[in-house]
Amino acid sequence: MAAATALLNLKKDFPLLVNEPTLVYLDSASTALKPRAVIEAVEEYYTNYSANVHRGLYDLSERATAAYEGAREKVRTFIHAGSSREIIFTSGTTASINLVALSWGRSMLKRDDEIILSILDHHSNIVPWQLLAKDIGCKLKFIDCDSKGRLKLDQLSKLLSRRTKLIALSHVSNALGTINQLTTLTQKAHAIGAKVLIDAAQSVPHMPLNVEHLNCDFLAFSGHKLGGPTGIGVLYAKEELLKQMPPVFGGGDMIREVHTDHSSWNDLPWKFEAGTPPIAQAIGLGAAIDYYAKIGMSKVRAHEHALTEYALQKCAELPGLTIYGPADAAEQSGVISFTLEGVHPHDISSLLNEEKIAIRAGHHCCMPLMDRLKIPATARVSFGVYNSTEDIDRLIEGLKKVQKIFKV
Amino acid sequence: MDIYRDTIIELYKTPLNKRRIEEADITHSGANVTCGDRVRIYLKLDKAGSEGVIGDASFEGEGCAISIAMASLLTEELKGVRVDEVLKWDQETLFDLLGTEVGATRIKCALLPLETIQKGLTGAA
Repeated sequence: MAAATALLNLKKDFPLLVNEPTLVYLDSASTALKPRAVIEAVEEYYTNYSANVHRGLYDLSERATAAYEGAREKVRTFIHAGSSREIIFTSGTTASINLVALSWGRSMLKRDDEIILSILDHHSNIVPWQLLAKDIGCKLKFIDCDSKGRLKLDQLSKLLSRRTKLIALSHVSNALGTINQLTTLTQKAHAIGAKVLIDAAQSVPHMPLNVEHLNCDFLAFSGHKLGGPTGIGVLYAKEELLKQMPPVFGGGDMIREVHTDHSSWNDLPWKFEAGTPPIAQAIGLGAAIDYYAKIGMSKVRAHEHALTEYALQKCAELPGLTIYGPADAAEQSGVISFTLEGVHPHDISSLLNEEKIAIRAGHHCCMPLMDRLKIPATARVSFGVYNSTEDIDRLIEGLKKVQKIFKV
Repeated sequence: MDIYRDTIIELYKTPLNKRRIEEADITHSGANVTCGDRVRIYLKLDKAGSEGVIGDASFEGEGCAISIAMASLLTEELKGVRVDEVLKWDQETLFDLLGTEVGATRIKCALLPLETIQKGLTGAA
């Protein structure tokens, strides 16, 4: 295999895989395993300087603040944002998107304004906009996809109108792995004065990403899919927008002054971070970014591209296996969604579990997409830096066993 | 996994009572939103009300091996049983019918047909 040189060999960096050497973990699109460096960074914080941030006038708090704000700077560098004022820590992608809907959406959008989403989107980039639409009477439109799960971006001109205020869509489909090409879309949106929000939950952990090149207005992602802790995520937004946007949560840390009859807000980014933030989680995310940056995101993508190519080739050899999505490693991230004729995806997942192979089965929080593809569910495998071709060989053996049990 | 015995796979591939009862007294639908299992049950009562006895039972739907096999076994078992008895059936009844227990990750699949039947019966009673 020509791409073999691209493969990384990093299982040893992941304590869970060291402790469970026979486990084949193929559900990284759901959540990624944690490298040792992340676990150690979190432990170091809780063991040696677990003070609050931005408050205490003592060394421990100063160290915690430096680590927390240092993590923000790591995020900024990682996604190539211009300023750390543009990096808001949230609890995850879902919270980031909801924050935009609740703050920017509620304050800037009016009745009959239009938001364009895509049929590939995760529920977390659909439901916040449905809630907003119900609240203020704006309208939602959806970009369709073809039978291979590729967005029909040529439809965009028809969907765009002078009422379009926002295009919000996923960079990479969590259900099918499709990588959406967003440069032209962003240009078209900006040409009519609409903003662009990118749900980057499935792209930030898997490929180089540059918000200035993407020229998006908002970008959301989660720490845990990048090997960081759960409960931490990021909202990137252009500073000029964040300045105009009202805070959503009120409380400590987000204020400058509080009086009984009015308050004023803290500077960016803290205006949007009320209360004690997820300090350990942010520090853990910083360690995860260090880990990935050291490998290099181009190498991460090359590794996952090679695995995807290998897996697609092996899957094509299995009779009765249907792939949903582009089925082309150049067009998709390390996600492969499939069905086996005569076997429900949940049964595939349960039987693979018996072989210590962890995969996901279901609608992947993409019920509109499943309806569009006219299927109730798929089985999905997804790769991370710690996966190997041996993992894929085990998967294929497992699938053959499933077919044997189901006599298909 | 013990659940995937040949008998269960056979019931999945060639289910029992997977048909519509045109003259049904009770029809009811249920779904597991997380996995996309859907079932619609049809019951024909010999006598109406909670004192009634189930004369015929069938189902339609799509789902995993566990839910389809369970629906097959249940609709077969229901015939001739009093409605108030059926309302007392629980997880243990299902495990007895299946001949094995079902773990936490799949229990919803096994429960769907019974829950749908019981909801149909109480709605109608």
